[in-house]
Amino acid sequence: MAQPVLAVRNLHVRFRTGDGTLHAVKGIDIDVNAGETVAIVGESGSGKSQTMMSVMGLLASNGWAEGSVKYRGEELVGLSPNKLNHYRGSKLTMIFQEPMTSLDPLYKIGDQLALPLTTHGGLNKARARKRAIELLELVRIPDPERRIDSYPHEMSGGQRQRVMIAMALANNPDVLIADEPTTALDVTVQAKILELLSDLQKRLGMSIVFITHDLGIVRRFADRTYVMKRGEVVESGKTGDIFAAPKHPYTQMLIDAEPTGRKEPVPAGAPMVLEAKDVQVTFGLKKSFFGKAGHVLRAVDGVSLSVRAGETVGVVGESGSGKSTLGRAILRLQPASGMVRFEDRNLMPLDRGGMRPLRRHLQLVFQDPFGSLSPRMTSGEIVTEGLLVHEPSISRKERDRRAAQAFEEVRLDPAWRNRFPHEFSGGQRQRIAIARAMILHPKLVVLDEPTSALDRSVQKEIVELLRELQKAHGLAYVFISHDLAVVRALSDEIMVMKTGKVVERGTAEQIFDRPKEDYTRDLIAAAFLTENAKAEARSLAS
Amino acid sequence: MLSYIFRRLLSAIPTLFVIVTIAFFLIRLAPGGPFDLERPLEAKVMENLNRIYQLDRPLIEQYWLYLSAVLKGDFGPSFYLRDFSVAELFARGLPVSMTLGSLALTLAVLVGGTLGAIAALRQNSGIDYLVTGLGALGLTIPNFVVAPIFQIVFGLALAVLPIAGWNNGSPANLVMPVLVLALPQIAVVARMTRAAMIENLRSNHIRTLRSLGLPSLTIVKHALRGAALPVVSYLGPAAAALLTGSVVVETIFGLPGVGRYFVEGALNRDYTLVMGTVVVVAVFVLLFNLVVDILYAIIDPRIRYD
Repeated sequence: MAQPVLAVRNLHVRFRTGDGTLHAVKGIDIDVNAGETVAIVGESGSGKSQTMMSVMGLLASNGWAEGSVKYRGEELVGLSPNKLNHYRGSKLTMIFQEPMTSLDPLYKIGDQLALPLTTHGGLNKARARKRAIELLELVRIPDPERRIDSYPHEMSGGQRQRVMIAMALANNPDVLIADEPTTALDVTVQAKILELLSDLQKRLGMSIVFITHDLGIVRRFADRTYVMKRGEVVESGKTGDIFAAPKHPYTQMLIDAEPTGRKEPVPAGAPMVLEAKDVQVTFGLKKSFFGKAGHVLRAVDGVSLSVRAGETVGVVGESGSGKSTLGRAILRLQPASGMVRFEDRNLMPLDRGGMRPLRRHLQLVFQDPFGSLSPRMTSGEIVTEGLLVHEPSISRKERDRRAAQAFEEVRLDPAWRNRFPHEFSGGQRQRIAIARAMILHPKLVVLDEPTSALDRSVQKEIVELLRELQKAHGLAYVFISHDLAVVRALSDEIMVMKTGKVVERGTAEQIFDRPKEDYTRDLIAAAFLTENAKAEARSLAS
Repeated sequence: MLSYIFRRLLSAIPTLFVIVTIAFFLIRLAPGGPFDLERPLEAKVMENLNRIYQLDRPLIEQYWLYLSAVLKGDFGPSFYLRDFSVAELFARGLPVSMTLGSLALTLAVLVGGTLGAIAALRQNSGIDYLVTGLGALGLTIPNFVVAPIFQIVFGLALAVLPIAGWNNGSPANLVMPVLVLALPQIAVVARMTRAAMIENLRSNHIRTLRSLGLPSLTIVKHALRGAALPVVSYLGPAAAALLTGSVVVETIFGLPGVGRYFVEGALNRDYTLVMGTVVVVAVFVLLFNLVVDILYAIIDPRIRYD
């Protein structure tokens, strides 16, 4: 077999931290052969990104690598940045997870694209510009001759990632390292970027190293796969083999982590909990000097929905489709017009004070389990804070008892209620956020992307928990997510939103098996990257 | 952009008007007047003086008289330095103060910016500690301490520079006052540049440049441009303050600038001189804030004024 383009041998990465040395990568071997696609999968903290960062010499200043990384037989570990610059940007290139911030906001993209061309390719300015336009064409940016003079802020996330890819390809690299290149993008954009990458690989013949947590991408694109856990490669081999017969339990767990099952239908006589009709939310973008309303953005444009006890309504759509705004509007956390009825009360005429006694029945769980818990309160205090408002008469002791009970209900050790949020993992924090809602025995919970910031395996646990809680208490859920797999596993009815409007609604089966709208089909097709792979893997395994 | 500048200049007019009005009445609230000396003047003389300078009119009328004069560009005679008009005083003093201030400002940007950038690039190294340490010193030691020490060392002990005096702005006479003025500014600019550079060097777009194997010079250039934004917004008001003179430095080095008019005018109840100073400072502040906003738009394409 030919010599690999990139050979990682016994690579260790360590970081000096306040609490001593962190051993992030523990002696791993990875080979990348010419023209092949290699995936490195693992959950957050597995060391998959740091492995490739150290190949590129991009570790943070408190980190260092030991071992060996050879590019076509030449050792890269220990090279000075200047010597490394001989390879970076020409032979080895990288694109990152954060397309929004990876380009310099102060320079035109044409100028940024020209940098690797003039530095490594030896082109003069005029020729670099010409080549930059070709590169933009290559990554399918429309109207490249005009767009070359755009600034990054004038482009969408997907377009910025295309520009990043163009920069990485500028000097026909041997290896392109893609660190979660689509994670920050909407599903439909994701699919297009992935398609572009695989197409470019076919045309240009480079090797691609995919760092990802998304097994769908792995299954579809990678020839070989390395599974990483806590700094070690626990399994490696041909992608098909790994999916068909995972040897390591961790791999098995990753494959199984896809949310499965369907929601049992709600009994016909279940009482209506919340009914909203023709909800509208508008934002005046700019007011002119004389107070004339300028451009008006309809974030939510005449949406109706109803949820019965024990029912889950899934709201899906891309970012900016208005799904979160809708969630806040039906809880009266966002000024809106239309009608919202909770049980038999019209909520619209109520002011803040009037809403307050009803708030305990209408709870909200947010996407960000890090930002939504006060870092200065213990988890127990956070969970019981709502009781101070809604049941001020109960004693401290009783509150503590209820906190312990709520912790048990979300499968957290009640003894942990004296700990602070930073002592918990992301999944545990989301459990705390759920406990905070559940302690008030709500009737309706709006779940705004509650699993999106979590690793797949943790996601699955949270989905299971939400299911159990719903069954036990007959909760009504409004489940907002861009993740169709999770929505399908949890919802009775699904609404597909686009630019503030509901473009399609129906039962989970109707939406997924017989989508009517192109937009819905796009969303599903994009998500099917993952779905197909799982189905194939399951059929292979069985 | 041009229409924006025009609009900003227009909006400066009401601002100036408000400042002039407030200043006019505030200084009149202070007890005493320009002709109250330690040995009181004869009542008749006082009356004549007040009539000549129109101080016997009702206050509101004096205000109108002053405003209409200012609109014609006449800032009136100085009440205390009676042979000069306020305009003449500024015409003589302002070039002195502006020379000192602009030199100090240039020095602060060049030296402070360079030191800050080097410290950021060599974070937590000896050089970094030296720069941050010197920065702390430059900020904490007041100029009325630094100035006499300079005079003793360079003027007396080494005898390489003149101790004081303007001498028609000869370079040797400028060195010490400019240095004393610049030191604290160098310290601030170095600290701000260092902090902003460090943040920028850690940003994702700098990581992109590194991943593309670009030379350090390119990376520094990109990081510096990003780091310039907070420094520029500090430099606007700082420039206004430096160019309108420093009482302490001008007094210690015996320089005929306008900085001392702040204090002298106020102490002598030299109403017109105080008003003139207020207007000059206000114009400088408004002007430099505009300059900062224009520079911002030049540095950062995301900022557009239209």
